[in-house]
Amino acid sequence: MSSIAANWLNRSCPVTGLKVDKHAEWLIRVNAVVAVLAFTTGLVGAIMLALTRWQAVHLLPADWYYRMVTAHGLNMLVFFIIFFEMAALYFAGPILLNSRLVGPKLGWVAFVLMVLGTLMVEYTVFTGQADVMFTSYPPLKAHPYYYLGLIIFAVGALLVVTLFFASIIVAKKENTYQGSVPLVTFGAITAAIIAVITILHGAIILIPTLLWSFGLIPMDAEIYRLIFWGFGHSSQQINVSAQVAIWYLMGGLTMGGVVLNEKVSRGAFLLYILFISMASAHHLLVDPGFGPAWKIVNTSYFMYLAVLASLIHGFTVPAGMEVGARLQGYTNGLFEWLQKAPWSDPGFSATFLSLIIFGFLGGVTGVVIGTEQINIIAHNTLRIPGHFHTTVVGGTALCFMGATYYVVPLLFRKQILGMALARIQPYIFALGITIVGTSMIVAGLFGAPRRHYDIAFTEAPFQVEFPAAVDLALTFVGIGGIIAFTGGLIYVLVVVASVFLGPAYDDAAAKSGKASVPQGLLKLPPQVHDKELHDAPGSLVLAFVLLAVFAVYYFTNWKILSMIWKVG
Amino acid sequence: MHSGIVSPQGVWWKDAGKAEKLWVTIAFIWCIILFLAMPFWHIVGGQNTTGVRGTTDPMAFMERTNRFVTEFQVGEEKGIPVVAPPAGSHVYMLGRAYQWYPILKLKAGSTYTLHLSSLDFNHGFAVFPINLNFQVVPGYDYALTITPNQAGEYKIMCNEFCGIGHHLMVGKVIVEP
Ligand code: HEM
Ligand SMILES: [Cu+2]
Ligand SMILES: [Cu+2]
Repeated sequence: MSSIAANWLNRSCPVTGLKVDKHAEWLIRVNAVVAVLAFTTGLVGAIMLALTRWQAVHLLPADWYYRMVTAHGLNMLVFFIIFFEMAALYFAGPILLNSRLVGPKLGWVAFVLMVLGTLMVEYTVFTGQADVMFTSYPPLKAHPYYYLGLIIFAVGALLVVTLFFASIIVAKKENTYQGSVPLVTFGAITAAIIAVITILHGAIILIPTLLWSFGLIPMDAEIYRLIFWGFGHSSQQINVSAQVAIWYLMGGLTMGGVVLNEKVSRGAFLLYILFISMASAHHLLVDPGFGPAWKIVNTSYFMYLAVLASLIHGFTVPAGMEVGARLQGYTNGLFEWLQKAPWSDPGFSATFLSLIIFGFLGGVTGVVIGTEQINIIAHNTLRIPGHFHTTVVGGTALCFMGATYYVVPLLFRKQILGMALARIQPYIFALGITIVGTSMIVAGLFGAPRRHYDIAFTEAPFQVEFPAAVDLALTFVGIGGIIAFTGGLIYVLVVVASVFLGPAYDDAAAKSGKASVPQGLLKLPPQVHDKELHDAPGSLVLAFVLLAVFAVYYFTNWKILSMIWKVG
Repeated sequence: MHSGIVSPQGVWWKDAGKAEKLWVTIAFIWCIILFLAMPFWHIVGGQNTTGVRGTTDPMAFMERTNRFVTEFQVGEEKGIPVVAPPAGSHVYMLGRAYQWYPILKLKAGSTYTLHLSSLDFNHGFAVFPINLNFQVVPGYDYALTITPNQAGEYKIMCNEFCGIGHHLMVGKVIVEP
């Protein structure tokens, strides 16, 4: 068994001394805490938005609705997700590689910069000086502190990524691990490389925008959109890579999932890196600035090779779990491995639900609306937030939640307070966000716009009468929102209570076998097997079902498109 | 075999299993289909995003729109001119906070070249109820060839956030049989 697996066993049943870099551990803690704080802020916004789009409730006044769309988008998509990813980088680098963190002081500097930047942005947004949505398309203009805050935040993030790379190099030099880096770390490296590309785009666009907000230079609205999305969408690919890495991690920890083939999985990660810089195109499919050839080549990430990567992971992740379970003796039929899976371990349920929601809902709908011509019937409708609430929320955020239930015992050294609530939390959140996402998509299919205060158009010069189906769908956005909010709130409460009030998860507690922690930690499933197995018939069936759903939805959309006015 | 947190030892560049090979092949073919569908629709399909695209000065575009309005105005509704251009002509639609200007009166089955641009911010040209959406960007003229296929009263919503009155921005296109 390799040294890393040995160390991992030590972590969960600490018989021998632990070798965890103290700075890395603390930086993981503080970054995770700020992530949860940002999530909580975003969550308050989420429920208000859901209850405002529910036309019968229509909670907020117009100005606060738009302000909250801005605040919710930023806190969730930028601050929650990125602080969490910073924690993940410290984990996948120094901790998984059993090495030391290079430049711990710089790690703290980075953290302070990121918090400072966050506060500047929050201040301008909540004081009404940045009602520009997180996309801040010029000529809409925010207070300069808004752009400056984002720049400072990005500098901090870039510093963390640099430390991560430095730690990996040092780990290699100091021989803290043998062989190649584990797949999970490889996934994190992918995320980090994409992060560098992303942040460079961010610098290219945010620095001129800052100057423009001071009135120093002019700004072209279309070029801004181009480069902004080079930044905005690439950052989503950081999330996807981080999420896939965590799928592999949690698959292993919760049910002993294995890597079917290192070459295939690593190759798929590589595809993400290669094609990511084309990411801005699918936001500009119905824009006046670019021609069809550019749109087709770029939006398809050059022939959909990044989609191919996701399709590959979408199979190899469950297949790895399946094979791991089969090697442990769950060999009956197609799905015994799934029936006997640890469904009451929130680490597992969150991971598997995230995989299903991301694949069947988020992935499929995303590729469809990102098709050049189909975008005509999707651009800026509620189909767009419907899509990303099933990728980055039902997928990434849910997956991060599952991982948190392992981070708290392993790195905060606390037991989970309220384990019963933790067990049901992933189901509640998954149900709520699935309702929110699909209802948005339904409303969007009728053309209901996103970022829109009032589709009853009560004060508009002309009436637009949406069919009753849209009203119903928006009602379900509200109801699903309440359920998802509840799931989110349970997450926050359990995590905060455990971190501050939870009983210690020390050596004695770990050895007793009775600690209140997820089951994978009580008894870590085998991480290494002597036997080899390559058949995963159950996962193959799942994969083909996905493909069938994908094809039906895809061709239905072409059919709908063909019925509208001719345009071109 | 090992999990994703274990360092692979020795050479891990191994041949993939049968199931993986099958899935990767099928997924790749599907991706190629997705890719080819787009150029294919440019050849046989009626809905594309091509247009004639160019830059324009917002003021110049407004003046052009005003000339277009004077030339073909047939009425007025809620203070907004109603304009009925001949089939086959160039028609202009200006987005500005918070109004689509002017109201168009078109003939079903006829083809027009619709120029879209903005005087101020980004706007979203969103035709209800057919759910046809284009981005309108200040400084850019997007000239799309359109053929309304059915008579009726269509509303133009704005679906790009353009300020506090964004949800009040509604225009109209009347299509006569
Ligand atoms: C409790 C769970 C959540 C609910 C109920 C919820 C609900 C909503 C609603 C109703 C909107 C407004 C849509 C519109 O009117 O255009 C929205 C926007 C958005 N949400 Fe969420 N959300 C949740 C969680 C999240 C999470 C976890 C993320 C990111 C990780 C996220 C990212 C976004 C983004 C980026 C927007 C778009 C903002 C914009 O248009 O500028 N949401 N959400
Ligand atoms: Cu507008
Ligand atoms: Cu608008």
